[in-house]
Amino acid sequence: MPKASSAQLRSLLFVAPAATLVLAMVGLPLVSILWMSAHRVLPVFAINEWVGAGNFQHLVRDVRFWLALRRTFYFAFCAVGLEVLLGLGIALVLSRPFRGRGLVRTLVLLPWALPTVATARMWEWIYNPDTGLLNFALLRLRLLSHPVSWLGDPFWALHAAILADVWKTTPFAALILLAGLASIPRDLENAARVDGAGSARVFFEVTLPLLRPALVVTVLFRFLDSFRAFDSIYVLTGGGPANTTETLALYTYKTFFHSLRFGYASTIALAMFLAAALSSLAIVAFGGSQGLRGRLR
Amino acid sequence: MRRTTFLFATLVGAFLLLPPLWEVVTSLKSPLELGTLPPLLPHPPTLEPYRAVFRGRPFGRYIVNSAVVAIATTLFSLLLGAPASYALTRLRVRGGSAILFGFLGVSMIPAVSLVGPLYLAIRSLGLRDTWWGLVLADTVFVLPLTVWVLATFFRGLPPDLERAARIDGATALETFLYVALPVCGPAVAAASILAFIFAWNEFLFALSFTSSQAAQTVPVGIALFPGLHEMPWGEIAAGSLIGSSPVLLLVFLFQRRVVEGVTAGAVKG
Repeated sequence: MPKASSAQLRSLLFVAPAATLVLAMVGLPLVSILWMSAHRVLPVFAINEWVGAGNFQHLVRDVRFWLALRRTFYFAFCAVGLEVLLGLGIALVLSRPFRGRGLVRTLVLLPWALPTVATARMWEWIYNPDTGLLNFALLRLRLLSHPVSWLGDPFWALHAAILADVWKTTPFAALILLAGLASIPRDLENAARVDGAGSARVFFEVTLPLLRPALVVTVLFRFLDSFRAFDSIYVLTGGGPANTTETLALYTYKTFFHSLRFGYASTIALAMFLAAALSSLAIVAFGGSQGLRGRLR
Repeated sequence: MRRTTFLFATLVGAFLLLPPLWEVVTSLKSPLELGTLPPLLPHPPTLEPYRAVFRGRPFGRYIVNSAVVAIATTLFSLLLGAPASYALTRLRVRGGSAILFGFLGVSMIPAVSLVGPLYLAIRSLGLRDTWWGLVLADTVFVLPLTVWVLATFFRGLPPDLERAARIDGATALETFLYVALPVCGPAVAAASILAFIFAWNEFLFALSFTSSQAAQTVPVGIALFPGLHEMPWGEIAAGSLIGSSPVLLLVFLFQRRVVEGVTAGAVKG
C-alpha cells in the first residue's frame, strides 16, 4: 500500500531529527564507553591500545570503586527514603484546600528550581565550622557542646551532603505524590470513613495502596537522580575528606578529567550505568509498573 | 491531629525556607561582619557584595553565556521535540511506543557516564569552550523531558479537532502547526520553562566542556568562585542569588505551568 507507507515516511520525518540527534549523542557515546573500556585510552598522549578485560580485572580489585559504589547506594537509599517520607507528608498537607495554598506550592517549588551549584554553596556556608548557622543554632540550643566540622569529618560530610540533597529534591517528590493523591477519588476515602474506619486506617488501607503507582514513579525517578548526583557533592566536598564522600559520579568524573584515563573511566562509567539500570529494573519489578505504563499510554 | 499537622508544616516550612533566607542575609553583610556570629543580622545591611560580584571577574559574561545557552537550548529542544512528540502520540509511527520508551530511557542514563565520549565528540567537532558545544549537549539531554511533557498533553487532544482539519485538506504538518500546537499552548509553555531551567542550572557539561569565560556559565562561575585569602562568602551569596534570579522569576510567574510540567514529565529532579 503506497499510501500507508508514505504516511509512515511522513510521520518518520517528524521523529527523525530528534531521534537522530539522540542516537548520535547518546547511542554513540554508549558504544564508545563499551569500546574504550576494553582499551587503554589516554587522549593527551594519543595512546589507544587494546587491553581486553584488563580494565575489568582492575575494577574488580579496585577498593576505591567498591567503596564508591556502596557509598552511592547508601546516599541514594537515605536521600530517597527521607525525601519520599517528607514529600508524602507535604503532599498530604497540601492536598487539602486552604488559604494561600498557591503561594505555599510556589515556595515548596523553590529549592527544586534553584541551580544546584548555588544551593550547594548555600549549604557549604551553613555548614561552616566557625561562622556557620548550623553550629551556631545547635550550640545555642545546647544540642552540641563544641562546634562540629560538618564537611571536614568523614561521617558527617556524607550525611551533610544527603541533607542538602533532601532539602533540594523533597519538593519534587511532594509534587509527584500530590498529583497522585489528586487522582484518588475522594468517595473511596469517605466511604471507608462512613464504615467507621479511623483516619489512620483510611490512610493505610485506602489511600496508601491507591498511591502505590505514584510512589513507585517517585522512588524510581528520585533514585536515578540521587544515584547520579554530581553537582552538590562536587561543590560541597569534591569527594573529600580523603575520598570519604566520593560517589560513583565523582569517581567517574575524576578518572575522566583529572587522571585523564578515558579507558578505565569508561569501565567505571559502564559499571555505573549497569548498576543504575539493574536497580531501576528492581524498583519496577518490586513496586509494579502501573505508574510507568500510565505514562506510556 | 490538627496540631501535629500544624507542627509538621511549621518544621518543614522552616527547613525549606530558612537556608535561602540565610543566604539573603549573608549577601547583605560586609566581610567583617561575616567573620563573627552572632550578631545574626547585618548592621547596617550593605549592597556592596552585589557590586563586588562583578568586580575583577567576568560575572556579567557568565550571565550572557548562560542566557544564550539556555535560550538556544530551549528553542532547539522545542523545535526537535515538539514534532517528534506529536508524531509519536498522534500519528501512526511503527514502533512509536518503543521510541517513546527509548526517550524515557535516555533521561534515565547518568550523564556523567557519557561525559568522557561526549567531551571527545565535542572536541573533534571543534565546539570545545563554545556556546554551541553546550547547546548541543544540553539539547540532547533536555529532549526526552520535552518529548514527555508534550506527549502527556498531545495524548489528551480530542481526535475530532484533527479530523476536521484533515477533512479541510490540511497536511499533517499544517494540522500539527496550526491546530495541535496552538491548542497545547500551556504545555508548550511548561516544556519551555522546564527546558530553560534545566539548561540554566546545568553544571556537569558546562564544567567539562568549557575552559574560559568564552563559554563558562553562571553555575561554573559560582562553583569556581575564587577567593584571594578567604572565601568571599558575601559575594558568593550575592552571586548565587543573582544567578538564581531568572529561575526564581519563572517559578513565581508561571507556578502552575511549572507544576504541570514537573508532574507530566516527572523526569528532572
